[in-house]
Amino acid sequence: MSNLPALMIAVPLFGAFTTPLLKKRYQLASLWAIIITGVSVILSLLLAQEVMDKGIVMYVFGADNANLVLPSGYKVPIRIMFEIDAMGVFMAISATLMSFIGALYSYSHVKMETGLEKYYALLQLLEVGILGMVLTGDLFNLFVFLEIAGIAGSALVGFRNYRGEASEAGIKYLIVSSVASLMVLFSIGLLYGQYGNLNMAYLSRQIGFNTVDMIALGLLFTSFAMKCGAVPMHYWVPDAYTEVPAGINPPLLVATYASLYALFRVSFSLFATITWNMARVGWAMSIIGVLTMFIGVTMALVQHDVKRLMSYHAISQTGYMLLGVGVGLTVLHDPQALASYGRDAMAGGVFHIINHIIYKSLLLMTAGALFYVTGTRDLNKMGGLARKMPYTTIAFIVGAAAISGLPPFNGFASKFLIYETSYRLNPLLAVFAMVTSVLTLASFVKVFASAFLGPPLEKFEGAKEVPKPMIVAMLILAALCILFGLFPNVVLDKLVYPAVDALIKFAQYQTWGGLA
Amino acid sequence: MNGDIVAINFPFIVVALLLALGFYTIGFKRNLIKVVIGVEILEGAVNMFLVALGYSKGGYAPIYTLAPKESLNNMVLPTPQALTLTSIVIGVAVSALMLAFAVNLYKHYGTLDVTRMRRLRG
Repeated sequence: MSNLPALMIAVPLFGAFTTPLLKKRYQLASLWAIIITGVSVILSLLLAQEVMDKGIVMYVFGADNANLVLPSGYKVPIRIMFEIDAMGVFMAISATLMSFIGALYSYSHVKMETGLEKYYALLQLLEVGILGMVLTGDLFNLFVFLEIAGIAGSALVGFRNYRGEASEAGIKYLIVSSVASLMVLFSIGLLYGQYGNLNMAYLSRQIGFNTVDMIALGLLFTSFAMKCGAVPMHYWVPDAYTEVPAGINPPLLVATYASLYALFRVSFSLFATITWNMARVGWAMSIIGVLTMFIGVTMALVQHDVKRLMSYHAISQTGYMLLGVGVGLTVLHDPQALASYGRDAMAGGVFHIINHIIYKSLLLMTAGALFYVTGTRDLNKMGGLARKMPYTTIAFIVGAAAISGLPPFNGFASKFLIYETSYRLNPLLAVFAMVTSVLTLASFVKVFASAFLGPPLEKFEGAKEVPKPMIVAMLILAALCILFGLFPNVVLDKLVYPAVDALIKFAQYQTWGGLA
Repeated sequence: MNGDIVAINFPFIVVALLLALGFYTIGFKRNLIKVVIGVEILEGAVNMFLVALGYSKGGYAPIYTLAPKESLNNMVLPTPQALTLTSIVIGVAVSALMLAFAVNLYKHYGTLDVTRMRRLRG
């Protein structure tokens, strides 16, 4: 099992390249995708076990040892390395789990479309991109996987190519992601030009305070913020999430948060010398977070397309994560504040990532189910569906309660941590976070009332519950919502606090877990 | 002496100009094909930046087999060139996909003007 990190990439990549061979055999292709994504879930759990037991896992491609030097004695890591700490493995679990759920849901949801073998190939390629981004320890490798995820993601956004809007959303997403990744490459060039290597851990030992480093930090920060949908670069999110088939929403969400992960990795590990001495970076992140959550939710209130509404909420929830981790980043240089609330704030932010991935995927999938049954996404044209679609209704109620932060669902657990801790930094931040939560609840009450309640409409007389694979996928996520909400301590202790500590203890990361 | 500084920095000046041009094209042009060209210009700028980083004047190709003696401490850096190659390959995929989207959009709306095809609003 020592090749586990390589297998994490190799298995879905193998799936992505074999799926197109199943041309016109759509059922087989989707079963194959379900098997491959299921296997990667197991692999990611094994990897998590290993990371929890042994600490940081290093995997060097083409050598046994990270310390191996060139024959000339030149002591620079020249090989591509995977460096997997608890934060990376946390994201890897989210990615594999959501790809599996997405494949399962797609089994029935896109049955009527054509070209499905390519759809499943792209789904697995997207998974490869995300996994590569979160596992790699090499800056250029990060760029390559960022592009893979961007290309696969935007091809999937434009999958329904008989709709003009889908191509429009696809090209928008592609332009944003390619500009962002080109700027990432530019700043990689800036760093390489100065220090002559690409390994993140090795680079972070050398980065200092000079102007070029600051420019590189600024470029990386804005590019990744752009790709994770923070204000003012949020405009692509609603289009992409609305037009993508609902089965792809879960992996696409994780792809967005893989950029968020890269943002955290860059701010905490790569530029540790700068961010540990400057609270400004943390303040920037917190303020962007507050703006993102507030602007996102106010734009969500006026929507009447159900998926578009939920997509604006996705922007707003990203704000919570930025706020939580931003508060932690602000007090990083102050050990007392860090121990008393900074660490908990980061735990709130990181915990919110997985919670949001779960409940927002659930909500977008219920929206996909509504679309599957009614053929429309306009809330004004729906009504009275609660009796026809009991399981979808239950799933929706759970998801809506979770996103509004009602106990005992998972959204409450992470939002409460963020409220408590951001209050300690500045009460105004917490006020905005709470107001946003109330507005979120208001807009989901609207969706519930107009889609599920009310008198049954005549045109939906023959409406039936969606097929079983879709129900199973939704109920798995609904169950996770409740479980994470009832036992937040288990998740926090097993997954979230190790991930937060991995970010805070950057010296561990810099030395490849004590190797050098 | 002053001329030398300009000569050494000339690639970087071109990179800055290309970056500005690319961002201008993406931001202000209304034709979708021109926006795609803008992304391509940006990519060209970044690729050129990478190659220029590894270049040394009069340097040799970084191949040790049968290398002449005077080349030993005067080789260009191979890594930026490898990075550039990878980035070019990725860029081709990106531009192919973007152009495919543009063709599809033209079929649907009969125009490439981004201000007239915006149906996704709000």
